[in-house]
Amino acid sequence: MKFVVCVKQVPDTTEVEVNKETGTIIREGVPSILNPFDEFALNVALKVKEKVDAHIVALSMGPPQAEQALKKCLAIGADEAILLSDRAFAGSDTWVTSLVLARAVRKIGDADIIFCGQQAIDGDTAQVGPEMAQHLGLPQVTYMEEVEEVGKSNVICRKETDDGYIRIKCKLPALLACLATSDFEPRIPNIRDIFRAKKKPLHQWNMGDIGGGLEEYGLEGSATQVIKSYAPSERGDCVMVDEPPEAAVKKILEFLSDQGVIG
Amino acid sequence: MIVVDGDKCTGCGVCVKACSFDALELVGKLAVFDDGKCTYCGVCISACPTDAIDMERKPQTADVSAYKGIWVFAEQNGGKLKNVVFELLGKGKEIAEELGEPLCAVLLGNKLEDLPKVLASYGADKVYMIDGEVFDKYSTDGYKSAISMLITKYKPNILLFGATHVGRDLAPTVAAHLGLGLTADCTGLSIVEDKYLLQTRPAFGGNLMADILTPDTRPQMATVRPNVMKRPEPEEGRECELVSEEFEINPRNIRTEILEVITGMVEGEKPVEEADIIISGGRGVGAPENFDMLKAVARSLKGTIGCSRPVVELGWMPKSRQVGQSGKTVSPTLYMACGISGAIQHRVGIRNSDIIIAINKDREAPIFELANLGVIGDIFKILPLLAQELSKRLSE
Repeated sequence: MKFVVCVKQVPDTTEVEVNKETGTIIREGVPSILNPFDEFALNVALKVKEKVDAHIVALSMGPPQAEQALKKCLAIGADEAILLSDRAFAGSDTWVTSLVLARAVRKIGDADIIFCGQQAIDGDTAQVGPEMAQHLGLPQVTYMEEVEEVGKSNVICRKETDDGYIRIKCKLPALLACLATSDFEPRIPNIRDIFRAKKKPLHQWNMGDIGGGLEEYGLEGSATQVIKSYAPSERGDCVMVDEPPEAAVKKILEFLSDQGVIG
Repeated sequence: MIVVDGDKCTGCGVCVKACSFDALELVGKLAVFDDGKCTYCGVCISACPTDAIDMERKPQTADVSAYKGIWVFAEQNGGKLKNVVFELLGKGKEIAEELGEPLCAVLLGNKLEDLPKVLASYGADKVYMIDGEVFDKYSTDGYKSAISMLITKYKPNILLFGATHVGRDLAPTVAAHLGLGLTADCTGLSIVEDKYLLQTRPAFGGNLMADILTPDTRPQMATVRPNVMKRPEPEEGRECELVSEEFEINPRNIRTEILEVITGMVEGEKPVEEADIIISGGRGVGAPENFDMLKAVARSLKGTIGCSRPVVELGWMPKSRQVGQSGKTVSPTLYMACGISGAIQHRVGIRNSDIIIAINKDREAPIFELANLGVIGDIFKILPLLAQELSKRLSE
């Protein structure tokens, strides 16, 4: 079988801070990481590979430095990697991004399962996966937590819903958007893995490789446009209590009573 | 394309400092762009004190005036409408009145004859309904085909979905199928220039807010985070026009099949997103069994237990209890954060609470930026005492 795992290099948003005066992100010193949802997706693919014979291609659209994320994928266990990098792709919204990735998947050819993270932690849109599935005409399972069984023409998965889980059977080929489970432990590549990864193919593709015209990509091809970004406002009217426990509890009770929460 | 108006630019350099990507520099007294580095994030436009920077948009091509009506996807499960549907109808009504267009609900499912009047009471002027066994349970293929048909036939101006698991599966599928723009997980919606839907959403884990437009494609589509918009009061007996559509789909064209449904909810326990009072714990709670202290407080206040992301990652609480950017957004009367430092990802999920009480040992904890009452102290001393005092009041 052939699996394509789509990944994104993202700034670690838990480390990001905002300059409150200018309303901009302070990127300095913020590490770039492999999007955790995508890392989970790759692990799901690797787990399936333990049961069926499979070739795993890691695919990423991003600036040249996104190569680092792909190198990590190769060290974790992907067999091959492709970086889609072109100035024409800058400013792409989710629709265009999914189009770029879908065209690359077509060029790779014969993919049985496309794995991607449910969402990326910088944008949190969760749209690129489903949009890709549409571009490719494939069925999808989003919020996918576990692949239970892979057959010749079907896959059985466990999927999170708003009020629990469902077990769902999906025809292949398909796209699975994976949601990291709480017991997920990332595989840490050792020196030998990293050394081995250096021998694996890492291709660089640009617009010419996937076809299409300039007007389809980047800002020009995007239907949605960001017109402004700014720091969110905080409420900032906190009454602070710094007293021994008995006095603090008294203050809490008074506050609850003032607010009408308790009688 | 980013363009700088040379007449307005004073060469102050604010934009150069604001840019996270080193895409701007000052040449003499003028800001100049490096198109190779710019990601079109728009930060410089907001930062510029003289409004000298603008983003050039491509000219409008589609005949957008042919699209009318504000549509809300009326998500239901087993004949029960999701709470977010009412919130969307409330917001949708405001937008519909501003634009002078009708508010419509799109209802898909099996044996739904009771629901149109409920939707009408919450403001829907018209309900498009497709009723059939094949729509009994949600499927991406079935719902996508039906909604795409309705859009093509009736041409709405705006289409809103709740950012639920179903909404976030369905909306991008429809958008990509019809080649439409879509904005995810919005927390704000308004109308600008008398016609555009301005969609506001958090990005970078909630560190940044972004305003987004969909200038050229119709309908303008967005998913909207539950528990952010206000639920309106229903007006009993309000009527609406019902448009029943037939839609045939061969079950074979639905490429997924649900084998088993497992609800993660404990009987009698309120889901955190519907709770009126939430007692929430973070890593500071220290161990899963220590949540008993929170539960004791919750019992006296008839509240529900919530938690932050690290608690789920440590396996102390199920994911369904998680509040924040990657969990649930909540809007309770009272949110009590115990031992939660309040990373931005958590804060964005609780911002709509009426009142927030935070208890934390660390006076620098960011949770205090959002709280109404901030208690610096040890939850292991305060919570048992609080539970005791509350139960004493109860028994009086």
